[in-house]
Amino acid sequence: MQVTMTVNGTEYTREIEGRMLLVHFLRDVLSLTGTHWGCDTSNCGVCVVWLDGEPVKSCTVLAAMAGGHEVRTVEGLANGAELDPIQEGFRQCHGLQCGFCTPGMLMTCRALLDKNPDPTEGEIREAISGQICRCTGYSSIIRSVRWAAVHESDAKEAEVAQA
Amino acid sequence: MTTVHEPSQAKITEFEDNDQKPVGFGRMLRKEDARLLRGRGRFVDDVQLPGMLHLAILRSPFAHATIVSIDTSAAEASPGVKAVVTGETLKGLGLAWMPTLSNDVQAVLATDKVRFQGQEVAFVVAEDRYKARDALELIDVEYDVLDPVVDVRKALEPDAPIIRTDLEGKTNNHVFDWETGDEAETDAVFARADVIVKEDIVYPRVHPAPMETCGSVADFDPVEGKLKLWSTTQAPHAHRTLYAIVAGLPEHKIQVIAPDIGGGFGNKVPIYPGYVLSIVGSIVTGKPVKWMEDRSENLISTGFARDYIMRAEIAATAEGKILGIRTNVLADHGAFNGTAAPVKYPAGFFGVFTGSYDLEAAHCKMTAVYTNKAPGGVAYACSFRITEAVYLVERIVDALAYELAMDPAELRLKNFIQPEQFPYATKTGWVYDSGDYEPTMRLAMEMAGYDELRKEQAEKRARGELMGIGISFFTEAVGAGPRKDMDILGLGMADGCELRIHPTGKAVVRLSVKTQGQGHETTFAQIIAEELGIPPDDIDVVHGDTDNTPFGLGTYGSRSTPVSGAAAALVARKVRDKAKLIASAMLEVSVADIDWVKGSFQVKGDPGKAVTIQEIAFKAHGAGDLPEGIEGGLEAQICYNPSNLTYPHGAYICVVDIDPGTAEVKVRRFIAVDDCGTRINPMIIEGQVHGGLTDGVGMALMEMISFDEDGNCLGASLMDYLIPTALEVPDWETGFTVTPSPHHPIGAKGIGESATVGSPPAIVNAVVDALKPFGIRHADMPLTPSRVWDAMRGQATPPI
Repeated sequence: MQVTMTVNGTEYTREIEGRMLLVHFLRDVLSLTGTHWGCDTSNCGVCVVWLDGEPVKSCTVLAAMAGGHEVRTVEGLANGAELDPIQEGFRQCHGLQCGFCTPGMLMTCRALLDKNPDPTEGEIREAISGQICRCTGYSSIIRSVRWAAVHESDAKEAEVAQA
Repeated sequence: MTTVHEPSQAKITEFEDNDQKPVGFGRMLRKEDARLLRGRGRFVDDVQLPGMLHLAILRSPFAHATIVSIDTSAAEASPGVKAVVTGETLKGLGLAWMPTLSNDVQAVLATDKVRFQGQEVAFVVAEDRYKARDALELIDVEYDVLDPVVDVRKALEPDAPIIRTDLEGKTNNHVFDWETGDEAETDAVFARADVIVKEDIVYPRVHPAPMETCGSVADFDPVEGKLKLWSTTQAPHAHRTLYAIVAGLPEHKIQVIAPDIGGGFGNKVPIYPGYVLSIVGSIVTGKPVKWMEDRSENLISTGFARDYIMRAEIAATAEGKILGIRTNVLADHGAFNGTAAPVKYPAGFFGVFTGSYDLEAAHCKMTAVYTNKAPGGVAYACSFRITEAVYLVERIVDALAYELAMDPAELRLKNFIQPEQFPYATKTGWVYDSGDYEPTMRLAMEMAGYDELRKEQAEKRARGELMGIGISFFTEAVGAGPRKDMDILGLGMADGCELRIHPTGKAVVRLSVKTQGQGHETTFAQIIAEELGIPPDDIDVVHGDTDNTPFGLGTYGSRSTPVSGAAAALVARKVRDKAKLIASAMLEVSVADIDWVKGSFQVKGDPGKAVTIQEIAFKAHGAGDLPEGIEGGLEAQICYNPSNLTYPHGAYICVVDIDPGTAEVKVRRFIAVDDCGTRINPMIIEGQVHGGLTDGVGMALMEMISFDEDGNCLGASLMDYLIPTALEVPDWETGFTVTPSPHHPIGAKGIGESATVGSPPAIVNAVVDALKPFGIRHADMPLTPSRVWDAMRGQATPPI
């Protein structure tokens, strides 16, 4: 079957099998290997991408279901050389070690900050509770999200002050 | 000895000091993060080669069964299938069996019978992952099911089915007997003890379950006769040598590449049949072949951890002076002995079970057995079985405190090895290089507010609330190891390091070890920077590629910093020695008249007259004469053989609350004070500790790989094998003391596994402490609500 979807702002049309998972479509067909695969059972969350702005686990979404929709992956976070504040937060606060869960974590945390620019520790824990990180013990991820929240809010205040 | 309190990261609201840009040791942001944050890491499954095929493995549904026949004809006819291979084919090639890293053999594909559920039986190579999986369904295997050996206690009974019928003359399921310490001396101190406490303690089977499963891409070039293998390996060089032995390929024609690795924790130390099968697949089809296991395959067939049943006894005086410890252990090694421990140490480093205490005698007897379960044993950040040893001693010391009605902190403080006793020879033959335990313990107690916590507990107990405070104090033994004692399959556990300074003063350092998230690209640049004064950003760290790095045994058992880190420091000093000769010529003074001030050589008494390491590098490569006898270039290579292990230590305090209505355990606080000697990058060290503490919560409260009576694995997915999320763990509180290793060039000790080793006993001790009103002295992990509920009702049972 043919599927057409927009990924990180670019439209792609490809011939695929109906059973193909979105995670495999992104990785094997489009060679966007930033999104990872980790469990099959929607427990680990390393495959989280956005589908029309909502984080989804791409190992349990058929590529066909994403047809006609907009997908955003970790490759679509940075603005050229400039990291998104959530990426910079992870860098500043050691929010990653092996980096395997990181793309999924980044997508979930970016979505959290878009809805809730000033999340508490508890809200951040809740938001990432569908995802597993085996390396960091989560404290540094929480701190990374807080870093992004604080710096985005500072940047907005600066913009307002300038205006 | 310096004692420093380091507050928890997550509580800091000032972010400005994140990157201190050190030229050497200090907090520095990681070099590897740039690619990993952008989705530009390159993991094994990201490798895509032209014409690449995909391999899938058919695994046994039974724990123990004879293979009667295999019919692959339907699978071969399935669309897109390029090859279907069974054990019989491998037998013809002499590849049906391979050596394990523990001098046993393991079936690559089963030929005679299957010995655990999930064992490899056949494989398919097809055009894509889906077609390969489709064809697996079409392979028809007829099994004759045999009785499985699931209960390790029954494995040595006379009528137990024999698992390893492949081993000639094998008439039982015995792997090895092992003993350490002095039995007679230990019996003697037990005979004169006032108090003896005995507990049966189980450390259940758990699994490292790194987020990236295991896999490989094999690309065999028949013209060049060269094999390139991208593989999820923590030990690329050791693997290459083993492939040379197994596959009969010459070693110089094998290149093992470990690209970015998505967590290891020991799971990626052994050689798995899948790696070998991808090589066979590439040779058979003439194409690159990728094998990537799924999560169930990872959990049911790759290196598990623990599975020790331990009887522990401790002897003490009425005043609480510990006299001796003895233990009897039954070790479940699964169907093949694949523990990957140094050859002379079949039980790994379990011999350090005397812990941090000055004892008069100790003795351990161990029996290891085969069962119809997956092979493995040394994994999950265990420091070669020190996890089991520390759990044993820290649990039984707490049981002693219970019997003596003594505070567990006080009992530990009373029995610590004293600073002046180091180097300290234990009763089981280990020589602890250094330690200063009391300040570490006191700092943890101060950070916890220990006395106030005890007061709070007393008040809560009076109200019927269940609050527990658990302590664990551990001594680790990491950095294997001295080659006179330690080898894996005859390969000495040394590590090479190569350093080249380019003409412009930038550098490349090549390592034999391989990060799986520990941040080697940053830490090793910092070590070179500290020694040579070249900024870390000017130093490229190359690792994980056997064609481009010197030989060495790889990253596991927290050995990277103790062994390879020492090699990096020493290779830099070798470069500095040569640079000094060139500098003396450049400055036209004798070698004796110049001093090294980080980054440059200066004339004594005239600091204005100096040459930088960068200027020396250009001179070394440049025009004009060099001093007589000095070759051009500025580079060096060494192979470091450690004289001893390094012995980090730590004091952990855990506070739990248990809901009396649901028996759910909540870890409210966790205070971890670690001493890993000299600290290279505090940020990375803290990250290592946080990760290990989270493992501890998993093992103590959630994780267990269990089996039913037929040998079916009951932890075969992440729905059944529970790993902590952000909701199960507290905000970690960390601190540190610094007791440098006297024999390590920079005084550093390994930190990678300290927290995984030290945290489970602290958590279990806290839970048992909370349950004290029920008269409970011990309960086994995992302390799930149902198991705690049973314990509260006096019905605690071992998990296996």
